[in-house]
Amino acid sequence: MVQLHVTNSPFSESQAELLNRLLPTLTESQRIWLGGYLAAFGGAAVAPAVQEPSAAAVQEPAAAAPAASREVTILFGSQTGNCQRLATSLSGQLKEQGFTVNVSAMNSFKTNALKKTENLLLIVSTHGEGEPPDNARSFYEFLHSKRAPQLEGLHYSVLGLGDTSYEFFCQTGKDFDKRLEELGGTRLGLRVDCDLDYDEPAAGWFTQVIGALNERVNAPQIAEAAVEAAEHADAPASPYSRNQPFYAEVLENLNLNGRGSDRETRHLELSLEGSGLAFEPGDSLGVYPENHPQLVEALISAMGWDAGETVPLNKKGETGSLREALLRHYEITVLTKPLLEQAAKLSAAPALQELLLPERQQALKDYIHGRDLLDLAVDFAPWKATASEFVAILRKLPARLYSISSSYNANPDEVHFTVRAVRYEANGRQRYGVCSVHCAERVQPGDKLPIYIQSNPNFKLPANPDAPVIMIGPGTGVAPFRSFLEEREVQGAAGKSWLFYGDRHFVTDFLYQTDWQRMLKDGVLSKLDVAFSRDTAEKVYVQHRILEHSRELYAWLQEGAHIYVCGDEKHMAHDVHTALLTVIEEAGGMSAEAAAAYLDTLQQEQRYQRDVY
Amino acid sequence: MANHDPAVKPIGGPPSDVEHIKIESNYLRGALEETLRNPITGGLPEDDNRLLKFHGSYMQDDRDLRLERERSKLEPAYQFMLRVVAPGGVASAAQWLVLDELAHKYGNGTLRLTTRQAFQMHGVLKWNLKQTIKTINDTLMTTLAACGDVNRNVMSGPNPYQSELHAEVNEWARRLSDHLAPRTPAYHEIWLDGEKVVDSLKGVEVEPIYGPVYLPRKFKIGLAVPPSNDVDVFSQDLGFIAIVEDGKLAGFNVTAGGGMGMTHGDTNTYPQLGRLIGFCRPEQVIDVAEKTVTIQRDYGNRSVRKNARFKYTIDRHGIEWFKAELHDRLGWQLEEARGYHFDHNGDRYGWVKGYDGKWNLTLYIQSGRIQDTDDYQLMTGLREIAKIHTGEFRLTPNQNVIIAGITSAKKRKIAELAGRYGLTDGAHLSALRRSAMSCVALPTCGLAMAEAERYLPHLLDKLEPVIQEAGLSEKEIVIRMTGCPNGCARPALGEISFIGKAPGRYNLYMGAGFTGDRLNKLYKENIDEREILETLTPIIHHYAKERLGGEHFGDFVIRSGYVNATTSGLNFHA
Repeated sequence: MVQLHVTNSPFSESQAELLNRLLPTLTESQRIWLGGYLAAFGGAAVAPAVQEPSAAAVQEPAAAAPAASREVTILFGSQTGNCQRLATSLSGQLKEQGFTVNVSAMNSFKTNALKKTENLLLIVSTHGEGEPPDNARSFYEFLHSKRAPQLEGLHYSVLGLGDTSYEFFCQTGKDFDKRLEELGGTRLGLRVDCDLDYDEPAAGWFTQVIGALNERVNAPQIAEAAVEAAEHADAPASPYSRNQPFYAEVLENLNLNGRGSDRETRHLELSLEGSGLAFEPGDSLGVYPENHPQLVEALISAMGWDAGETVPLNKKGETGSLREALLRHYEITVLTKPLLEQAAKLSAAPALQELLLPERQQALKDYIHGRDLLDLAVDFAPWKATASEFVAILRKLPARLYSISSSYNANPDEVHFTVRAVRYEANGRQRYGVCSVHCAERVQPGDKLPIYIQSNPNFKLPANPDAPVIMIGPGTGVAPFRSFLEEREVQGAAGKSWLFYGDRHFVTDFLYQTDWQRMLKDGVLSKLDVAFSRDTAEKVYVQHRILEHSRELYAWLQEGAHIYVCGDEKHMAHDVHTALLTVIEEAGGMSAEAAAAYLDTLQQEQRYQRDVY
Repeated sequence: MANHDPAVKPIGGPPSDVEHIKIESNYLRGALEETLRNPITGGLPEDDNRLLKFHGSYMQDDRDLRLERERSKLEPAYQFMLRVVAPGGVASAAQWLVLDELAHKYGNGTLRLTTRQAFQMHGVLKWNLKQTIKTINDTLMTTLAACGDVNRNVMSGPNPYQSELHAEVNEWARRLSDHLAPRTPAYHEIWLDGEKVVDSLKGVEVEPIYGPVYLPRKFKIGLAVPPSNDVDVFSQDLGFIAIVEDGKLAGFNVTAGGGMGMTHGDTNTYPQLGRLIGFCRPEQVIDVAEKTVTIQRDYGNRSVRKNARFKYTIDRHGIEWFKAELHDRLGWQLEEARGYHFDHNGDRYGWVKGYDGKWNLTLYIQSGRIQDTDDYQLMTGLREIAKIHTGEFRLTPNQNVIIAGITSAKKRKIAELAGRYGLTDGAHLSALRRSAMSCVALPTCGLAMAEAERYLPHLLDKLEPVIQEAGLSEKEIVIRMTGCPNGCARPALGEISFIGKAPGRYNLYMGAGFTGDRLNKLYKENIDEREILETLTPIIHHYAKERLGGEHFGDFVIRSGYVNATTSGLNFHA
């Protein structure tokens, strides 16, 4: 959480950081007390608002209503499952303190119950261009529509998850926060926006809202365990988690693309032996990568640093060599506005300050796009900071999530995943995807990769093994469906299955071709339709195949089929969504509105699930 | 030849798998329409691949990539070889241009001239087969019966010295080809969007010559024009040797029962030479061929495919039985064979003026492969010539090409183009290299056990210094290499031959007749390059020193006792 900046506050860098850490952890009463305390010392009351300040939060005496309800509703909007996991964890903590908690996905929440809800906590992530996750869409639209009720009696707070490298960072959380205020709601606590490394700020928000709720019901216990609990929100069955990854031995690492392809897709098989980790089809694998050694060397050399210098590796006080820090601990391939704001204070060149001027917003956006820390180092030299000062402004190197492409039951103690190597040239230099190229170039069988399991409750096979499944996964989007089908094979599931796959060239880019052929032969996979876009004069994609089979596809839906879409969000998922609407409209003889409602219902019934990125 | 010769297996077992596929195929349809469309695999099931052969194509894969692709969870790099029928190896300049374009558009950018004067295109993907075949048909060529258990491309000597005769003999090759072509509408249905013919009329046979099961095995016909035996007439199931009397085509001597293929380690299989059985008039050629084909249809071994060729049918029953059966079916008798003389089976390179006053340019094509490389723009050069050429292209049985029928007006321009692209008549190459021939083998041929086309040039690089040191640079020695014993480059007729046994290992055969009139014999088994050179070097020097005037290498190694003469396929293994 980086909310107070040098540029938006009168504080110095280190002051802002202290405040950023402290403020989210304050309860309402602590904040009120602090406001008074500061006022008493002759200054104006500090604006505790971190983003989009709201007086309401400070002015509203949180503990005003003695008859306050002990019922809390936690709604989450989650694409990859992070928000859902946090919601579950928060629910557990609240229950321990005697609250009655109702946790649900936003799209499963009956909106007519909203008017009667007193305590509402929202945990929601943001996707793409500031969009809500799939299971938050309908709730989001409802709240922003004319049908949304006035909510004067509502006490709420929002936790947003996002990534500062996106322009619309935590936009969905911000939208909810603002909208609930507009509808008359009162903040239980300030919204907290989390960057990729969300554990600490999320734990701070937990403490804040639990404190506020306790004050409302006059039950002033302090949730001391909150931080600890939030940190261990992942998979409790194993000692290994996002914060304590398991070092899994690489059993296999091979290229799935044939010679002559312009793509490289790696299939990795890891051993989970001894980890206690398990997973279900649809779950993801978090992999902690290493930065490209050449980039690290170039950065150190551009800055004139000493690779062996001891620097902090994290905020917990651990130290290590600069080289080690840049290889394994800090993100150096993505520029964000907050990072540039902090870097501006370390640069002796005025150009960076100028780039951050409000009127140069577009120029800043253009600059950030496709550039990395080496560009920054070169473009805004000379620097007046030490290596230690510099790394202190960097984000922690985040893990990358990949759809798991194997079934645990079919391959016990193994996990397979699928990564397409990202390599491209930009701004005159070869660029490499951090994790994908790490896996493609520097990971050999026998090596160990730090990994964790990220469960994804929103991408799951139907509970009923007889239910038909329709899987749409072009490119690496096909990965989870290998897991689905392996699982169904082990289960001996009777349900029909239909896979739509596409890529560029049949000969070289048909990922897992021989696996599908075998599954077709054995009847595990009932139907496979493929689209190879560069083999024919007109480009054909999966959505074209979907449209070609509209009657049959609609018939499957009528038989209760579940639809799964995995892969590229921007183009594919959108085009597939449109194609599905067309199928329902045409084959189902419905109006556009009815088709949209049909698909919405499928989504609410968890029969239309997406894992898109 | 007696019926009870131990080298010949009796027939009478159950029909082979391929016989079942044929009979169930409904005249070569099978499930091809459906399996060609299946988008999940670039290949075909084996049954349909067998049938596809009759349509002129079969499935191959890049064997260099097999293991790599298997690891990558990809099926083999399936691709299709497409063979274009060209009776006597004749193609117009316009046809040449179409094939050149198709090779680039759908194939691997090369063309291969086969040892049977046909064109081959490699690397065609399943999805492109139909369009490729359609385009070939649009240019009045066909792929029908280029492979499969039917009469194959009919060979005919393209001898440019005797152009008038060539044209006449070639016309018979074309008529034989047409007459023996399958009649099934399946080809039109599958490739040319022809209307489905639901059922043949009751009682009318769709295939009047072949019947519903076609032949037990492939069948090959070649027509030679002496003194050149470039078609290796004795290697053909049915051969015709043109007899010229008073400057006119009097007719043909007929040979029967030749064939090259065998199986390593199975002495019941062997190469064999055709035997001279008589003489027929030109207009009787079709009748002789048709009746011969029906005899093989009725008597060939349909139980064991490797004993199904016509040569085994003849050796099992005896040549006299065959003659009697043929005369019976013809209703007339062949005349006594007439005198003829062959003096070589290689090509004569360079510019030659024909009887009609037109020019012919024979170009040396290494292993028949038409392609562009960094330092040799052969394919481009031939394409540029085809754009202005008003005559024909003739493919030779030695995989070379003759730009034939060049008018005096075009001669200068074509010579200039040939010069610009460095198209070679092979004059700067050793006679050994000019007389060398190889099959495709790896990586596309599924049968290959060792390299051939890709390796022979390298082996020749190492043999040439030996030849040169021995002073034999201008001495033609027929040298052939195949990747397996099936015989595509007619290896049993090489004075020196290499037949692949395993990667890098070959059986060495020697002692065939220079004019293709005697089979060779195994000299060393399973040897690598070092052993090849160690073996051949002293023999070549010996030959250089002690050969008699005009004595060919194949004769010398027999006279010197290196190998015994093979007088019949039946003692090939003896």
